Amino acid sequence: MIAASAAANPFIVDADQVFVLLRDWLVGFLPAALRPAAGAVLGVIAIVCVFPGLFALTTVFERKGLGRMQNRLGPNRVGPFGFFQPIADGIKSLTKEDIVPLRANAVVHFLAPLVLVATVFMGFAVLPMGRNMVLVDMDAGLLFFFAMGAATELSIFMAGWSSRNKYSLLGAMRAVAQMISYEVVLLLSSVSVVMISGSLSLSKIVAAQDQYSGVFPHWYIFTPWGLAGFLVFAIAATAETNRSPFDLPEGESELVAGYHIEYSGFKFALFFLGEYLAMFSISGLGTTLFLGGWSAPFSFLAWVPSWIWFFGKVMLFIFVFIWMRGTLPRLRQDQLMNFAWKFVLPFTLLNLVVTALWRFMGPGWSRWIVCSLILLAAYVVMGRLEMRSDHFGRRSYRYAE
Amino acid sequence: MTTPLAGYLLVAALLFAIGLGGALARRNAIVVLIGIELMLNAANLNLVAFWRFGPLPEALTGMMFAIFSIAVAAAEAAVGLGLIIAVYRHAGTAELDKIDRMKG
Amino acid sequence: MSAIFYLLAVITLAGGLATVLLKQLVHCALAATVAFAGLALLFLQLDAQFAGFAQILVYIGAVAILIVFAILLTHGSHMPKDGVFSRSWALGLVIAAGVFAILGWAVLAGISAVPRQNAPPSATVRDIGEALVGRYVLPLEIVALLLTAATIGAVVVAMHEKASPR
Repeated sequence: MIAASAAANPFIVDADQVFVLLRDWLVGFLPAALRPAAGAVLGVIAIVCVFPGLFALTTVFERKGLGRMQNRLGPNRVGPFGFFQPIADGIKSLTKEDIVPLRANAVVHFLAPLVLVATVFMGFAVLPMGRNMVLVDMDAGLLFFFAMGAATELSIFMAGWSSRNKYSLLGAMRAVAQMISYEVVLLLSSVSVVMISGSLSLSKIVAAQDQYSGVFPHWYIFTPWGLAGFLVFAIAATAETNRSPFDLPEGESELVAGYHIEYSGFKFALFFLGEYLAMFSISGLGTTLFLGGWSAPFSFLAWVPSWIWFFGKVMLFIFVFIWMRGTLPRLRQDQLMNFAWKFVLPFTLLNLVVTALWRFMGPGWSRWIVCSLILLAAYVVMGRLEMRSDHFGRRSYRYAE
Repeated sequence: MTTPLAGYLLVAALLFAIGLGGALARRNAIVVLIGIELMLNAANLNLVAFWRFGPLPEALTGMMFAIFSIAVAAAEAAVGLGLIIAVYRHAGTAELDKIDRMKG
Repeated sequence: MSAIFYLLAVITLAGGLATVLLKQLVHCALAATVAFAGLALLFLQLDAQFAGFAQILVYIGAVAILIVFAILLTHGSHMPKDGVFSRSWALGLVIAAGVFAILGWAVLAGISAVPRQNAPPSATVRDIGEALVGRYVLPLEIVALLLTAATIGAVVVAMHEKASPR
């Protein structure tokens, strides 16, 4: 398919590989010994430029979209339709006074946002953002991604603890507990993809999905276990990035702002950036694992450059994040934890078993029915058990000793 | 330091000694546990270094040992910290000098 | 011996020393994290990619977080009034120094007996996976059992005493 279109129209292949060709052209000016390093540096520069740019765009869209949902206009003063708002915000946060609380632990307070942004950026290194567009094609790419994701949790603790503020400490503890709980789910839901594709390398996972039956792609979301895994993954990703309805760590009505309450000026901007970058990277991972990464949704659309598909799908994820933020109310801490450990985790474990069943039943229609039925039955039974009315009895309070 | 292997082994030995010193000299049970974790980590470094420079890396023995050891260390940390928290609830302190009664 | 190795070794050992010497417990935990991260990078330097990432995931993602939780739950972030070292710290120091002396002597004396092998071995994730479910399947099962037991055990041990009926 690709080869045929390439022969027919070289321009399309150029558009698909334009960034790769640009990199090779730029690197070509250097002596051969320096080329791999220079290529990597260019890739890093591209990532460091593209995603903050995307972040700026997203903040405008989020504020305008939320405004629409709440029947107001949103930012509309700076530039046409308020689209230069992020520039104004950036200048504002750069020129604001950087206040460090007197009793704060200055070194840890300073390091926390840097560690957060650095580790979040590292995750992008293994995401394939287009055909041949991956910075480091690691054999254990998925493991690397999760390792970096795990490292961000500690930076949130550092921020909350070093501020010496009870709200920030509470927010940080909530955030870390929540992220640890849902990290387990996130990992286990990706394991089913690894079981089917047989690789931890993200580019190989995408390549395994880049096939078509008729016009329809072989994305993992179009299988029973893939759909279940994707839904669980999406829930866990929302909790992992502390987005609504799981935004308890920042619950404005109770914790003021959570772990970054004592941050101001540029450090606060770094936290804000880190939060959105984490959203982008987890969306990129979800796209890669379940939505076929950079592959086109229909075989006749394969001429559209692959990176457009990747970023389009990531933006779709972001839109759903914003939509949920505008729609759903916030959960309570005990509901959040119970949901993670008593519903999502057992369901994910069952999904692993179903994935194994899917793998060993071989091709044919019977596995579709069996796997779908098991998952549906489990969902209904577990949902019924969890939703029994005695779970919604009076709140029980437990005070600190 | 003639070979890379010796360098890694010396680093591991030093880290082991640091962990041991911490485990023996500190009063707080949590730091003692961290010291034990450092000692385990030093052992892991030894295992991986021997795998890398040893005669039969295809067998993956050292690497496997390190991976299993990491898993066991995680279990150990979970149980150890659970114990420390339980002791803290009971005795009101996590300082090992003060926890000197067998009688509850 | 490359410069990167020396840098990583210094980071790891400095992290370890800081862990043992710092007074504030949370600082100890963060310094231990530095040591864990340095070790993970040393693993990567040793071409053990999988072990390095597993080290980051388990130690920084789980053990360090557990430790800081335990510190906060035991009110450990308050500075202790009467020193952080136990009464017999000198003895501990002597024992640690003795152990290091013996280990260092053993390494330097015995290193020439170890066969030299410098070509980087290739251990892909596939190799590791096949070894895990092939030759090492029994240890894998035992570790799975151990982790389950540890999870249950940690929950039971740390569970609130008042919550359980006497």
